[in-house]
Amino acid sequence: MTAAAHARPRPAATVYPAVAAGAFRRYATYRVATAAGVLTNTVFGFVLAYVYLALWDQRPQLGGYGPEQAVTFVWVGQAMIGAVALLGGGFQEELQERIRSGDIAIDLHRPVDLQLWWLAHDCGRAAFQLLGRGVGPMAGGALAFDLHLPTDPLVWLLFLLSVWGAVVVSFAIRYLLGLASFWLLDSSGLLMLGTFLGVFASGMLLPLTVFPGLLGDVVRALPWAAMLQVPADILLERRTGTGVLTGLLFQACWAVALLAAGRALQLLATRRVVVQGG
Amino acid sequence: MVDALRAYTLTAGMWIRASLTYRASFAMALLGSFIGSGLDFVAIMIMYSHIDALGGYAVAEVALLYGATSLSLGITELLVGNVSRVGANVRNGTVDTLLVRPVPVFLQLAADRFALRRLGRITQGALVMGWALVALGPVRAGWSPLDWLLLVVMVLAGAGIYGALYALGGAFQFWAQDAAEVQNAFTYGGNTLLQYPPTVFAGELVRGVTLVIPLAFVNWVPAATLLGRDAPLDLPGFAAWLSPLVAAAACCVAALVWRAAVNSYRSTGS
Repeated sequence: MTAAAHARPRPAATVYPAVAAGAFRRYATYRVATAAGVLTNTVFGFVLAYVYLALWDQRPQLGGYGPEQAVTFVWVGQAMIGAVALLGGGFQEELQERIRSGDIAIDLHRPVDLQLWWLAHDCGRAAFQLLGRGVGPMAGGALAFDLHLPTDPLVWLLFLLSVWGAVVVSFAIRYLLGLASFWLLDSSGLLMLGTFLGVFASGMLLPLTVFPGLLGDVVRALPWAAMLQVPADILLERRTGTGVLTGLLFQACWAVALLAAGRALQLLATRRVVVQGG
Repeated sequence: MVDALRAYTLTAGMWIRASLTYRASFAMALLGSFIGSGLDFVAIMIMYSHIDALGGYAVAEVALLYGATSLSLGITELLVGNVSRVGANVRNGTVDTLLVRPVPVFLQLAADRFALRRLGRITQGALVMGWALVALGPVRAGWSPLDWLLLVVMVLAGAGIYGALYALGGAFQFWAQDAAEVQNAFTYGGNTLLQYPPTVFAGELVRGVTLVIPLAFVNWVPAATLLGRDAPLDLPGFAAWLSPLVAAAACCVAALVWRAAVNSYRSTGS
């Protein structure tokens, strides 16, 4: 008790970067798993690239992309799977386990913010997975296919900014799902639902610009569009000029709204925490 | 052999009873498996909302390919899918426990945490296959009883080929424990490949999955005969009936590699 009271918390300016760096190193430890992931993403990339080529051969300019852009979309998606946790993964299972076991009570006593702690952790994880699992498939795709890659370094910079936006939106959604464990004994079903929505409405399944009619309008406005469709459109230069700005703004709005919702839910949830003595 | 299969059914039965204890959770997991494996078909339907034929195949023909590979993979995933988690057992040394029991390690692993929810993929594949058979009316009208037999053989032999890939992937994890995802590239990646017609893919890729990893025999080759199309690589007509032989050969290779892998197991330190 006294030890905790006397310990001086590290200033926030160094603690969150330290958490992010720790998460980066933690994921960097599993080299074989990373290599296996790169292989899997590359195999899927090849399969989907040929399917897209056949589709765009029939309908050039479908969804506003040329064939080269469509194939590039496939590889951008495969490169971002790990970083943006498009097929699940990340921190939420761990958070749920801590809620279930009661360890969350310790986390809440730490002189750090729970949401920011996990956000820092997720950014560190994403940074590693973008390098470790993103560069490989992208390079493989560029070797085997003609890709539409921008030559202007500014576009690449904006793309990376947008990928970070995608990670934050993805985090905010997964944080909300993870917190549901305070109310549900087993929220694995909810996480599963979240993953399906993520695959369906992010552009992983097909670019959202290809979705027909009203369905297309709806999915393009949902937060999942911020997780792949927006960054991909910036890299493919389907969004240029003000289009880039509105894309980034779209991501920022969803990020702020979802993080705020996470914060509100966290307040509600922590009122429910009862620490058993003994 | 009979004892081993009895042990498998007993263990699987225990896990089935366990999963049915929480009805609501089980129903949700089943639905999840159904939807999760069905998303790919949604993508195909969206594609066909823009086109009439992909690689020259109409939507009903692609649905037959899709249904066949989904059924095959679903059966394999249900029966031996958990072999893909052996890496964790090797890492923490619990293969020791499996080795001292009088049941083959492979069957123990396959039955461990037997996941009945995987019926979701099988159901989904069966529905798409059923729809394909209805939509293929004119083609199907010309089928002889032999063709119907080929349809059944295709699904079962396909499950055998996927089974060999699961065993090979599991064996690989004895050497590279964290490489569980490698086999996803071949099983789920292969499944995605086989959902689309062979005409979509580059020649070298088709040659690779016909002659090296015999994925083409899961559905492409037999389905070509059923659909009255040219088989990939212009294989002769009787090749459609070779899939059980290919599956048997693949399983033999996988069994040998699996045995070598188990023999190389060295337990953990401390």
